[in-house]
Amino acid sequence: MATDDVWILGIHMTKFGKHPDKDAIDLASDAALNALKDAQVTMKDVGILAYGNLVGQTQGQMLQKQIGQTGIPVFNVSNACATGATAIRTAVMAIKAGETDMGLAVGVEKLAGAGLLAGGSAKKDGNKYEPHGRYGAVAPVDGRIGTDTMPGVFAQIGMEYGHRYGGASFELFARISEKNHSHSTLNPLAAYTKKMTLDEIMNDVMIAYPNTRPMCSANCDGAAAAVLVSGAKLKTLDPDQQRRAVKISASVLTSDPWEEACQVLPNVNTLTRNAAEQAYAASGVGPEDLDLIELHDCFATAELVHYDNLMLCKSGEAVPFFESGATWRDGKSPVNVSGGLESKGHPIAATGIANVWEICHHLRGEAGDRQIPDAKVGLAHVIGLGNACGVHILERHAA
Amino acid sequence: MGQQIPLVDYLVLGDEPHLVAQQCESCGARFFDHRNACAACSNTTFKAVDLPTEGVLRAFTIVAYAAPGIPVPFVAGVVDCDGTSVRGNVINTPADPEHVQTGMKVRLATYVVGTDDEGTEAVGFGFEPA
Repeated sequence: MATDDVWILGIHMTKFGKHPDKDAIDLASDAALNALKDAQVTMKDVGILAYGNLVGQTQGQMLQKQIGQTGIPVFNVSNACATGATAIRTAVMAIKAGETDMGLAVGVEKLAGAGLLAGGSAKKDGNKYEPHGRYGAVAPVDGRIGTDTMPGVFAQIGMEYGHRYGGASFELFARISEKNHSHSTLNPLAAYTKKMTLDEIMNDVMIAYPNTRPMCSANCDGAAAAVLVSGAKLKTLDPDQQRRAVKISASVLTSDPWEEACQVLPNVNTLTRNAAEQAYAASGVGPEDLDLIELHDCFATAELVHYDNLMLCKSGEAVPFFESGATWRDGKSPVNVSGGLESKGHPIAATGIANVWEICHHLRGEAGDRQIPDAKVGLAHVIGLGNACGVHILERHAA
Repeated sequence: MGQQIPLVDYLVLGDEPHLVAQQCESCGARFFDHRNACAACSNTTFKAVDLPTEGVLRAFTIVAYAAPGIPVPFVAGVVDCDGTSVRGNVINTPADPEHVQTGMKVRLATYVVGTDDEGTEAVGFGFEPA
């Protein structure tokens, strides 16, 4: 273990779903305390806290007041659905910069029962039309000039891919969802663990064509936390801690470079491809080496484009790649064996740590019924609309 | 007839309604909002350019759940107007996948969004099958 590497020493995710008796700080405390326990360290060992709670807007200092006010710096991070990955990235940077040898990243959200998270609130027209805002609009434009709703935005992203390369249909997108719901039956921490048939998925409530309800990420409560440690510090810890540590071979965060159309329909493709290229270069790992991938299937239409963006398949060939069965858990590139955001759930700020937890769980050989046999390397990906992309490549500790 | 006002300032009304983009004088990148500088090259000077009123539908969705007060279902999409992408609804055709497909040719159309207390009509735009 090179001294300049950063490792995950301990990690935890709570059950995703409904937690009516717990607030965000209860859930964050649960995740953080169990991550510390998993790492066999305490708050006294931690030198920096990076904390994300996008919708609830609680702060890391509120978590400290429950689990340990040690006076360390707190970074409250906000980066849309990439908030959790950004918290990890922040802790990695602090360790790499030599500011500390151990960091704690926490993400939490209370979203059970929430509806549309954008474009979902009505704005009334005024009594007198007067231009205002960056477009000189005289009345609200959501729904009148396109849609701000997330199911609608990501539907267009999938449809655009289909327009460019062909082969994408309502049924194809539904079959991606069928895969993830099937995978979820093996994940006891998922919000929904029900297998769904293609007919059930296609005939469920249409939200934004071609995304029906089970093809959308599930709003739910949940938290996840990770304890990160420097390679130098890890060398001083006991053999059991070293054995279970997972190497962060790449930690990358990108935003979208300007391209034609990117301010008209969010371009989630280029910044994901850029992040993947940087992550593969930094780690020396290639897409063919990945034993499992957790990618940001906020909608079934999104999963398809990220097969291509993460270079799991050749450019333009995401449809035949999926049709080959490659992304099922027994395929050559298992994608979202956790059930993905469509069934595991998407407590926004927790998601970018929970997907890292899923990878770590397999790399440590602790994933039980859904263990990918002999998993050595995995990739976790998130997209925050706006846009931010986080990619982490994780590797099992060499025996 | 009372006065009319465009729903957004990049829509020009009159005999031949059309959209106007702000084009960067340095790199040619086009935008629809008020600019501080160019997102592609950071240049700060722009000129207004008229966009073609016909284009090709490159992406769409049929929105069934939206904010209260927005009639559903409606078709939201992205139209490629000869190399410049425009966001807009597909209108004047049924909102179903039998009538709306990517690759279809569309043209700009305007409609009255509403009338304010002073009788001024707000005019919006969409794209209809060409």
